[in-house]
Formats: sequence, structure tokens, C-alpha cells
Amino acid sequence: MPRFAMTRLLRGVLVVLMVTFLVVLLMSLAPGSVAAVILGENATPEAIAQLESEMGLDRSVIVQWFSWVGDAVTGDLGTSPVTFQDVSTAIWERLPVTIEIALLALLISLAVSIPLATIAARRPDTAADRGINGLTSVFLSIPAFVAAPVLVYLLAVQTPIFPVTGWTPISEGLGENLRTAFLPALCVALIEIAAFQRILRADLGTTLREDYVEAARAKGMSGRYVLWRHAFRPSSFSLLTVAGISLGRLIGGTIIVEAFFSLPGLGQMVAGAINGRDIITVQGVVAFVAIVYVLLNTLVDVGYGMLDPRVRQAVAR
Amino acid sequence: MKRGPITDALTAGAPAAGGSARDQVTTPSLAGGMSGVAAPVVPPIRRRRNVLLWASVAWMALVVALAAAASLLPLADYGAPIGFPRSAPSGELDLWLGLDNQGRSTLARLVHGAQVSLLIGVLAGVIATTIGTVLGLIAGYFRGAVETVIMFLTDALLAFPPLVLLLAISSILRPSFTTLLLGLTTLVIPSFVRIARAQTLNWASRDFVLAARNMGFGRLRIAFGEVLPNVVPTVLAFLPTVVAALIVAEGSLSFLGLGLPSPTPSWGGMIADGKDFLRADPQLILIPAAAIFLTIFALNQIGDHARARFDRTVQD
Repeated sequence: MPRFAMTRLLRGVLVVLMVTFLVVLLMSLAPGSVAAVILGENATPEAIAQLESEMGLDRSVIVQWFSWVGDAVTGDLGTSPVTFQDVSTAIWERLPVTIEIALLALLISLAVSIPLATIAARRPDTAADRGINGLTSVFLSIPAFVAAPVLVYLLAVQTPIFPVTGWTPISEGLGENLRTAFLPALCVALIEIAAFQRILRADLGTTLREDYVEAARAKGMSGRYVLWRHAFRPSSFSLLTVAGISLGRLIGGTIIVEAFFSLPGLGQMVAGAINGRDIITVQGVVAFVAIVYVLLNTLVDVGYGMLDPRVRQAVAR
Repeated sequence: MKRGPITDALTAGAPAAGGSARDQVTTPSLAGGMSGVAAPVVPPIRRRRNVLLWASVAWMALVVALAAAASLLPLADYGAPIGFPRSAPSGELDLWLGLDNQGRSTLARLVHGAQVSLLIGVLAGVIATTIGTVLGLIAGYFRGAVETVIMFLTDALLAFPPLVLLLAISSILRPSFTTLLLGLTTLVIPSFVRIARAQTLNWASRDFVLAARNMGFGRLRIAFGEVLPNVVPTVLAFLPTVVAALIVAEGSLSFLGLGLPSPTPSWGGMIADGKDFLRADPQLILIPAAAIFLTIFALNQIGDHARARFDRTVQD
């Protein structure tokens, strides 16, 4: 494996270890012990102390961390004291929903941003370019928690195209499933559309000013041919990177729409666990999402380096 | 690694981090690690922006003035019901925007909510700017082991999924002004460290720094006396965008019920309160939604302008 990839992977592992340590540390910082939360308000101090030593909470943070990591490596994230469910099983059950929303959001963002960026880059500083820039400025200013209720009001209440909330699993038909997934995905996609459009617009604009593009035009090639065949590919690296990073971000960022649309995904699981003071579940999901996030970022870095030799050199330097 | 300095710190968290894309576009060379890749050249867009910019400044001035004078204004108590729940808007000042789901004045809650959002956003932004700039300056000017440590911690913090981290913090520590401030500040420090370090690297290699060294100035004096004043404008130019992102993050937490405890109003909380009445009383949602949108949009516009004006990496 190339050296730059090793460096990145090593760094990813270190960050994941830090995340898990922080998660264990946070748990020990919680006011009132976890055991007291589990046993309820009427618990005697002796009972709390006994449960604490059973759970190993009376040990030092470092020892707790080692044992937590040891369990986590074997896939054991503990059992929720509230739902009595195995945390890692619960995560695997809910993961597909979150991944579907994140992927759909990514797809929507790419499908909308690529045409917008291309139109804007081909006609720089025209009304079209400025209009699209204005549109993306608007998209950038709509947080998911604003987009969700407003889009539901417009597209589900006023004109009932989509269901207001709820989730139809994919096993009950793809069409129905997509109907319930579309609005949540659109809510988180708005910002990504703006981000992607701006990145691709800037890169395309730069590429289209390159000499080789001029040369291709001088040879008599059509503007469209030059754009797609010559300019698009070298301009898409940043977009690909950012799209990869967004996917990681989306998986952790669907919490709000999942809570709003009551989708049975990871985000709703975290929200529920937080309300129920179910710290073991929170801990498990946070660690899991963090690992996915770091993993995706690392993969994107490595993949990007493989695609573009200039990055390899920059890292190796 | 290519990412906007602000983006990862917040956006995710704040599913909206305003302006994140722009950061990635305009400051690729700041993002660190990407120096080998051709930086997209973005000519700053200035013309025709001005109407929008001044409208944005005017809106922010209004919001700040209302928030600052919130307790002086002749408004009803934001925590006490003054009429039937969800009354429609009518003539009287307190009823101007109607009443919320518990019969409290929407106008009073909106104004006091602005106070909370702005105070947390600005305070966290300013504290993070200060800490981040100093750390970035030290990393960029003194290099060596200090830099390695600072940058590793920065990268590690940027690698956390932000909203998830904020949620974990607020679920474990009881949400209060201090914990919110602490969590939000920590989240944005890395962005400023990266910007300040990149700027420092850029400025420290210039001739005037060499001249200062030749005159026998100490390293600390050069770092803080010569380099810092050049770094500050660029870093400050990112502040409006970061404040916007922080307001979104605070709103997201409040929306999930993890913001400041009731009855303290917050825009995100107002949306959460109104979301069950979308069909019959959409104004409960649309009013705070419009307030958040306009504020974020205005801050982003001001931030875009400030960066085009002060971020020299955009121009040179």
C-alpha cells in the first residue's frame, strides 16, 4: 500500500480511538451515575454502588475505555438498560433507513447541482449565473429543521403529493418507499446542492479558462463537446471528494429529519435514547457514527490520492 | 484533505452551515494539505450585490437592536400565556404575530429567542476566533512539534460528526447556557486554527518578517506584533459565516429539545413547538422559520462580502 494511504489510515485509527475515549469520558462525566439513572429515583445508595461495580463504572476512565474498546471490537456495544435491546443489533436494524436517506440525498444533490453548475459555468457573469448563485445562496440558508416543516407544509399539507410523516419499508414496494423517503432526503439535500454547485461551478470556470480548452475550441469542436469531454472530468475531482465527505456527514446529519418525519433510523434511535437518558445506547451510536464518518473521510482521501497524483505528492511532502 | 474549514466543524451539525460551500470554493489553499492541487480561481463577485448586502446589514441591525432591547420593549412576558393557545394574529402589539401553542406571545418569544441565538452564536464565535487564531498563529509560526500536536488535535476534532457530538454532550451534561457555549465553541475552534495557520504560513514567508528578524525582534514579538495583524482581517472575515453556522447548530439542538430549558424561547424550539399544528396553524412554524432563514441568509451575505473584501487568498 502506498505510503500516503498508510499515513491516512493510521491517522483514521488514531482519531477513532480518540472518539471512543471521549465517548467513555463523557459517560463518566455525566452528573449522577448511569447506574442511578437505570435504577430510577427510588434506588438505595447500596443498590447503585452494587450496580456500578457490576457495570465496572467504579474503575478508572482508562480501564473503562480499554474494556469498552475490547468489547466493541468484538461487536458488543452493550445492552440498553431502557429497552433491554442489544445496542449493536439495534444499530444494524436501523442502519438501512439512515443509509437510504443519505444516499438518496446525495443522489438528489448531484442530479440538481451538476446541471446548475454547468449552466452557470458556461455563461459566466450572465443573468443565469447570477440567478443560480442567488438560488444556491438561498439553499445554503435553509437548515434542515426549517426545511422539514416548511417543505411538509408546501408539498404534503397544501398539495398532498407526499405523505406528511411516516416510513414505508422497501419490502412493501419501492414506489411507496421512495415516496416516504423523498421529502426527508430533499431537506438534507438542499445544502449539499448549494455546496456541490459552488464547488463544481468554480472548478469548471477555472478549467474552461485553460489553454487546452481554448485549443480544443480553436480546432472547431462544439462548446458542448469540449465541456463534457475535455473540461468536465478534470473539474470533477473536488466534487467527488466533497460528495464522499458529505455522505459521512449525511449519515450523522439525518437526526433532525428522522426525528421530524419519524423514520426508524439511527437518528431517531439517538434522539429517543437521549430523551430516555439511555446513555449506553447514545454511546454506542455515537461511536458507530463517528467510526463510519472517519472511515468514509479516510477512504475519500485515499481514493482521491489514487485518482490525482498531485495530492499524493502534496501529502508525501 | 479538501474541505472547507467551517464546513466540517459545523455544517453537518448544523445541517445548514451557511456558506460552507463558499468556503470550500474560495479558500482551497487554506484548507491545508491540498497545496499541490490547482486552486480554483474565483473572481470575487461584487457588482449588483450591494442592494442585497445592505438589505442584509439592515436586517441584522434590526435583529440585533430588537434582541438587545428585548427586555426594554413593551412586550408581554415570553413565558406566560396571555390568551387562547394558537390565536390568530391581530392588531394588538403582543398579538401581532399571534400566540403559540401555549397561548404565549409569538412576537415576544421571537424577540427573546433572537437574544439567545445571537448571544450564543456571537459569543461562541468570538471566543473560538480568539483561541483558534492564537493556536493557528503558534502552529504556523513556530512550527515543529507544537504544530504537529495542534494540527493533530484540530484534525481529530474536525473528524467528529459535529451534530452527533453536540447531541452526546447535551444528553449527558444538562443543557445550560454554559454547556451549549462550551460545546459550540469547541466545535468551531478547529476551523479557525486552520485558517489562521494557513494565513500565518503565508505571511511569515514575506520580506517584512525577514526585515523584522534582521532588526533583532524576538520571535514572539514578530509572531504577535508583525504577523498577527495581517492574519486577523482574514480570520474575522469568516466570523459572520461561522456565527450563522453556530446559530443553525443552536437551533438544531433546540429543535430536538436539547437547547436551553423551557420557558426560555429559541427559534429552533419555536419550530419544534409548532410542528404538530402544521395543518391548522402554519404560522406557528412559518414565522420562526422566516426569521431563521432571513438571519442566516443575511449573515451569509455579509460573510461572503467580508471574505471577498478581506480574505486576500481570494484576490491574490
